[in-house]
Amino acid sequence: MAFPQPRPQAPQLPQYLLRTIDCQQGAVRAVRFNADGNYLLSCGSDKSIKLWSTSRGTLLKTYSGHGYEVLDADGSYDNSQICSCSSDKTVILWDVATGQVTRKLRGHAGKVNCVQFNEEATVILSGSIDGTVRCWDTRSRGYKPIQILDEARDGVSSLKVAQHELLTGSVDGRVRRYDLRMGQLHTDFISSPITCVCFSHDGQCTLSSSLDSTVRLLDKSTGEMLGEYTGHTMKGYKLDCCLSSRDTHVLSCSEDGHVYCWDLVEGSLSLKLPVGKAVVQSLSFHPTETCLLTAMEGRIQMWGAEPEETQEDAAAT
Amino acid sequence: MASDSDADEDFVTYGTPLEPLEEDEPLKKPVPLHEQTVKDEKGRYQRFHGAFTGGFSAGYFNTVGSKEGWAPSTFMSSRQQKAEKQHARPEDFMDEEDFSEHGIAPREITTSQEFSSGRRDELREKARAVNAQTALIPGDTLLEELIAPARLSIGVELLRKMGWKDGQGVGPRVKRKACRRRSDGGAKVYSCVLPPTGSEDSEDEEEEFAPENVTFAPKDVTPVDFSPRLGVQGLGYRGLDPGLALLGRGQPEHIDLFRPQSETRGRLFGDTQGGARRGGVAGQAFGVGALEDDDEDVYHRDSMSRYDMVLGGEEPGDGLYGWTAPQQYIQKRVKSKDASYLGKILEGFTLAQKPAEEQMIFPPPSLPSDYRPVHRFRTSVDVLGLSGVSPALAEALRVSRGHMVTEEPQHGGRHQLDSGQRRALLGEDAPQGPSSVMELLRPEDRQRLLSLSKSTKTNTADSHEALQSAKLSAEALLPCPAACSGLQQQQQEALVAWRGIQTSSQTFKPFEKNPSKQARYELYLSRLKQGHTDALEQSLDPGMTEWERSREREEFVRASILYRPTSSSLSSRFTRATHLEDDDTVEVNRDVEGDVDDKQAAIKMKMFGKLTRETLEWHPDKLLCKRFNVPNPYPGSSVVGLPKVKRDKFSVFNFLTVAESRDPTAPPEPRKKSRWDVSDQKQEEKRRNGPPSELLSAARSQTSETKLGPTSGPVLPASPVSTSTNPQTPDNRTEAGKQQSSDQKKEGDEEEGEEEESRPPMDLFKAIFASSSDEKSSSSEGEGEDEEDKKDSKEEEEGTVNLQPVNLFNVTATSTITSSTTTSSRQTAEVLSPTSTQDPEEFGPKLPPPAAALIRGGATSLFSPRDEQKPSKSSKDKKHKNKKQHKHKKKKKQKKHKGKQQKSRKEVPDSSSEDSDAEDGQVSTEELLKRLKSVRSHQRW
Repeated sequence: MAFPQPRPQAPQLPQYLLRTIDCQQGAVRAVRFNADGNYLLSCGSDKSIKLWSTSRGTLLKTYSGHGYEVLDADGSYDNSQICSCSSDKTVILWDVATGQVTRKLRGHAGKVNCVQFNEEATVILSGSIDGTVRCWDTRSRGYKPIQILDEARDGVSSLKVAQHELLTGSVDGRVRRYDLRMGQLHTDFISSPITCVCFSHDGQCTLSSSLDSTVRLLDKSTGEMLGEYTGHTMKGYKLDCCLSSRDTHVLSCSEDGHVYCWDLVEGSLSLKLPVGKAVVQSLSFHPTETCLLTAMEGRIQMWGAEPEETQEDAAAT
Repeated sequence: MASDSDADEDFVTYGTPLEPLEEDEPLKKPVPLHEQTVKDEKGRYQRFHGAFTGGFSAGYFNTVGSKEGWAPSTFMSSRQQKAEKQHARPEDFMDEEDFSEHGIAPREITTSQEFSSGRRDELREKARAVNAQTALIPGDTLLEELIAPARLSIGVELLRKMGWKDGQGVGPRVKRKACRRRSDGGAKVYSCVLPPTGSEDSEDEEEEFAPENVTFAPKDVTPVDFSPRLGVQGLGYRGLDPGLALLGRGQPEHIDLFRPQSETRGRLFGDTQGGARRGGVAGQAFGVGALEDDDEDVYHRDSMSRYDMVLGGEEPGDGLYGWTAPQQYIQKRVKSKDASYLGKILEGFTLAQKPAEEQMIFPPPSLPSDYRPVHRFRTSVDVLGLSGVSPALAEALRVSRGHMVTEEPQHGGRHQLDSGQRRALLGEDAPQGPSSVMELLRPEDRQRLLSLSKSTKTNTADSHEALQSAKLSAEALLPCPAACSGLQQQQQEALVAWRGIQTSSQTFKPFEKNPSKQARYELYLSRLKQGHTDALEQSLDPGMTEWERSREREEFVRASILYRPTSSSLSSRFTRATHLEDDDTVEVNRDVEGDVDDKQAAIKMKMFGKLTRETLEWHPDKLLCKRFNVPNPYPGSSVVGLPKVKRDKFSVFNFLTVAESRDPTAPPEPRKKSRWDVSDQKQEEKRRNGPPSELLSAARSQTSETKLGPTSGPVLPASPVSTSTNPQTPDNRTEAGKQQSSDQKKEGDEEEGEEEESRPPMDLFKAIFASSSDEKSSSSEGEGEDEEDKKDSKEEEEGTVNLQPVNLFNVTATSTITSSTTTSSRQTAEVLSPTSTQDPEEFGPKLPPPAAALIRGGATSLFSPRDEQKPSKSSKDKKHKNKKQHKHKKKKKQKKHKGKQQKSRKEVPDSSSEDSDAEDGQVSTEELLKRLKSVRSHQRW
């Protein structure tokens, strides 16, 4: 053994408030990190998307062009494009640098809840309240979706893409996983309406939060339940859940103004992060670091594992 | 001429006569070839140099005019001496011989075509001759003939030498008498001799002088050119209309703008009827020749009365608004006056001569006074016996039927007869098939239906019996436990369905894309029809891999069941449609997501996994695969999405569920267990003796691993690896049961397999979970399960209590401290617009209101740490109790977890920073102990 065993790192939790950004764009419906975590996107109810720098908290760009409040956004792997979806039934592909609309994709019959790029940003997948997931081609000039996945019997509330798999959560209480490589559709029944679904970073598990105030960790291949996380309140609102960057913890928004953080394996609540009085709408975990973004009302808060020493300096700049 | 006619022999000589042969002259020798030389006109010898190398003119002495001959002259031009333009004409390159009579370009003055009289157009000449007589100067042509050049064609010259004279016809001479005799005939041939002018004017006088012994030359006849005109004519051109010209029809009423009064032409054709001559021939084009005399028509006076002033008013009937159509067309239009309203008649069609027969429309028959416009179905099935019919409906049906029977039983109208009666009336044979739908069902199903109906009839009385029957039917449906045996059962089903069926041509071909597969499938079908029990195995390709074969096996069985032919009894009752109607089929998803009810039950028991999981075949779009950089899983198929099957809209098979294993690929392996699906665990426990503590220990070891390796994901107890049995929970079926669980699937052990069944039908679930009172009477096994369930639910409650929020790291206070620095900015947060309200219509989870805090009264007050810690404390207290209860179970693992807890103890100071120093001090030994205990209590779960 030439190398000493690495010292086991303590599971760090984003417990210190690093920054609060007032987005000035109405209620922040969703907040998302970009692929590398250097930027963040906030989707406002005033029809705009704002791009912020994570490190400084400064506004970099505002993207406006939606006809109604923006519900979700995602950045491409190379940071060149942003896709967003809105209550105006459209999905918009933006050019990051110019802020122009590259493509406006119409076709959904209702408001579009969630949107995701695939890994190479060649396809935009959007899930709508009309119960369909549409796969849009970003390469072609056509405005017709490549494929429409209409298996859901109710609105699609959440959607995630990982490699060759597509995970959708629907209000009909089912989590569907489309495996493109195998050509199979796996449906897991979780009676309560699904609000958010996630893949674990190792790709072995799926996380799904539902309106019965429960977050469930399911084994991806068999559909068996590996963990159940309760304690938070999620009864009526579509709130997010996520896994920490190293899959050690499960995080979920709550209607009581907290972010709940459970230990993934033990299932015990390890952190109850007080964000504010109102409902925590959205959260996003940094892809590599221990950094959490939460959105409540019109503000974004950034939480880190360690308090920022140069907070005053950062504020001054 | 007259003298010539007297001479008996009349020789004509033409050409140069040969020299008369001298008697004594010696025979000339023919000139040999080499002595035959060519000399030019000046007597110089000419040598032939080659057709393309100068011909006869090459060489120095035969130059083109210069010493250089063909050498091109260089172009030279300077400022002083400009080179003049060189016009190189072809003549420059020609010899003077070429300009001679037989050269390439003979240079000679000849009379032009205009003046050469010899080859003149005969018709034209004639016309001119005729014109000349009516012209101002009558001797015009005569003069012309006088001055005419002496050039005549050979034919004319020959004719002249033969005694022909201009103006005569060609042919033998005729007697005058014959002509006179036929003077009233159709074809008049006149000629005269004495004044040989050939003009028609003197015809009448000629007849009187005709002597009897004189023959006349035949009259010259100008041939009429009947060749049709093929060229392109101008707008409105109308050629000579022979019908009009010869028959002398009346003029059309409509104005003819350009009608020439072609008298002279009429005369040309020998038209003797003077009066009709004017209108006889009407050929026309734009303009009138200058030689034609009728000035009135050339300079036409137009009057407005000739034009139609009203649009669509009184038309002459042809419906041609201002269109100068060809006359024939107008004629035609007049004929079809009746059809003018129809518009243009298509080419090739004519109007019907007879008018179409009028359709008789009969009034609808008067309804009888007692007619009731209600159709009633004669239900042969006992209405009361059907369970699905609501009592009210059944009552209504019965009443209506009875009413009908009593009202008009003697009538026996067509509508009151049922099929049997009608058959009897018509004298038809009874159909071969069964008389009732019930007979089409399999006996088990029939029994099941009967029992069901019975049970619903006497609902409360014999629920026990119903339950048993339901169970029985469930067993009948799914007699085999494992997936493979399910397949066998399906095979049996397919065998039953296909055996003895002869029709093969019209069966559906599900694998048409893959011919070899389709061939195998057909082989399988044919074997099925013959009744082979091992049809499937025989028809599969032995060259394929085991996996492929198993897959194909499934597909074949499924297809054979899905597309099974209508059983002979059914088919005897129906006749096949003569043509396929696509409207009668609907696209149905081949695999449908299963029923919710049984899943709901499974979820209540937290049995996630096989019961809640469904795997369907799904075809991604080709392009989608390409974009995802994934090979197409179904390269051959054109299906996108879930595969669909066309089925009859009202087919029975839409409502029959095929008992198929939903997840056939999943091998019957021991399931992964998690701490959360408790009841399932308990079930498993009985079977394989896997104590939860053991599972937990496995979990713990896994978690410690995850802590060590930061990259490893949330690995959870994969399978109970450790085989060491826990002495604390001794079980009767320990090792044997465990082994059974793996082996029994192939053996098809019924009892054990039932629990492991991939998806039992609803009835089974109802039978098991409906109520505890039913349960006890049903079976001992169910009873045991039920008790287990109760236990589980109890324990679950405790568990959920334990899972109350535990703040291990106690960070709430610190977070408030740090956040206090930013509160100022938060307080100044702009008031959010209250106008943005939620949509009134919402589906699914709502979006949070944009400014909930405002409603509550501002976000100024921050979270107080005291509030937070209270619940956690109370939960900890509860955990104490729990711990005491389960302490005896934990002794073994205490050591294992102590190490882990120590780690976590280290973490605490690590994670908390200098801000939380005060807290850090509080996290002392007691605190840690508490946490340890709480963790231990968690470990139970």
